[in-house]
Amino acid sequence: MKIADIIETLDLKLISGAGGLQNEITGCYVSDLLSDVIGNAREGELWITLQTHQNIIAVASLKDLAAIILVRGLTAEEGTIEKSNLENIPVLTTTLDTFSVAGILYQLIKKK
Amino acid sequence: MQFRHKIAGGDFSKAGNAASSVKKVLNQLNVDHSIAKRIVIALYEGEVNVVAHAYSGVVDVQIDEKQIKIIITDKGPGIADIEQAMKEGFSTASQQVREMGFGAGMGLANMQKNSDFMNISSVPGEGTVVELINNVRPYEG
Repeated sequence: MKIADIIETLDLKLISGAGGLQNEITGCYVSDLLSDVIGNAREGELWITLQTHQNIIAVASLKDLAAIILVRGLTAEEGTIEKSNLENIPVLTTTLDTFSVAGILYQLIKKK
Repeated sequence: MQFRHKIAGGDFSKAGNAASSVKKVLNQLNVDHSIAKRIVIALYEGEVNVVAHAYSGVVDVQIDEKQIKIIITDKGPGIADIEQAMKEGFSTASQQVREMGFGAGMGLANMQKNSDFMNISSVPGEGTVVELINNVRPYEG
């Protein structure tokens, strides 16, 4: 399953980082603590968060995460968009809350 | 191979730049992906610590065929009780830093987990030196 495959299902809007849309998704991690993501997220996972500042791209890049999903319609900060395009890490936003988007993703990923 | 990176205290817009450039160098040198990843993660956490707590810092990186050695030296408040700072969950980060999702008291533990050797020395009121060493080849004891 690629990022491009879940955009429609989850009604996601791509904010930036289109270069990474073919990234393969291996799982999902939900956290708003950056050190928690650094310590515990695994390569290829989608990261669901409400943090929107540019340090999320650095974390996603270091951990080789597939993409970042911002919840509740949050938008990324300017610096985040720039770095996301530079690093080819897609940043997407959904109007859903964390519980809902994680629930849908859980079903999608477990089915595979 | 040896190079140096500067870190500006308080500037979160540049936090991760040193880690990111070291990652690129290690990729160019064809260092094994999982080995490179660990040291870069440890460096990133160290870099964030300098940005969050110190006034300024430098990262010195030495790479040879056996190991990657990183020394992070900062001018800052220092760490009065290193043992306490190492405890997961302990943090002296400001409210602003915590709101960004940092300051959960996991940074030093992550650094330890992602390095083969870590040493911290600090003089309160002056600054902190963190030394990180990762073996490039699996350790054959």
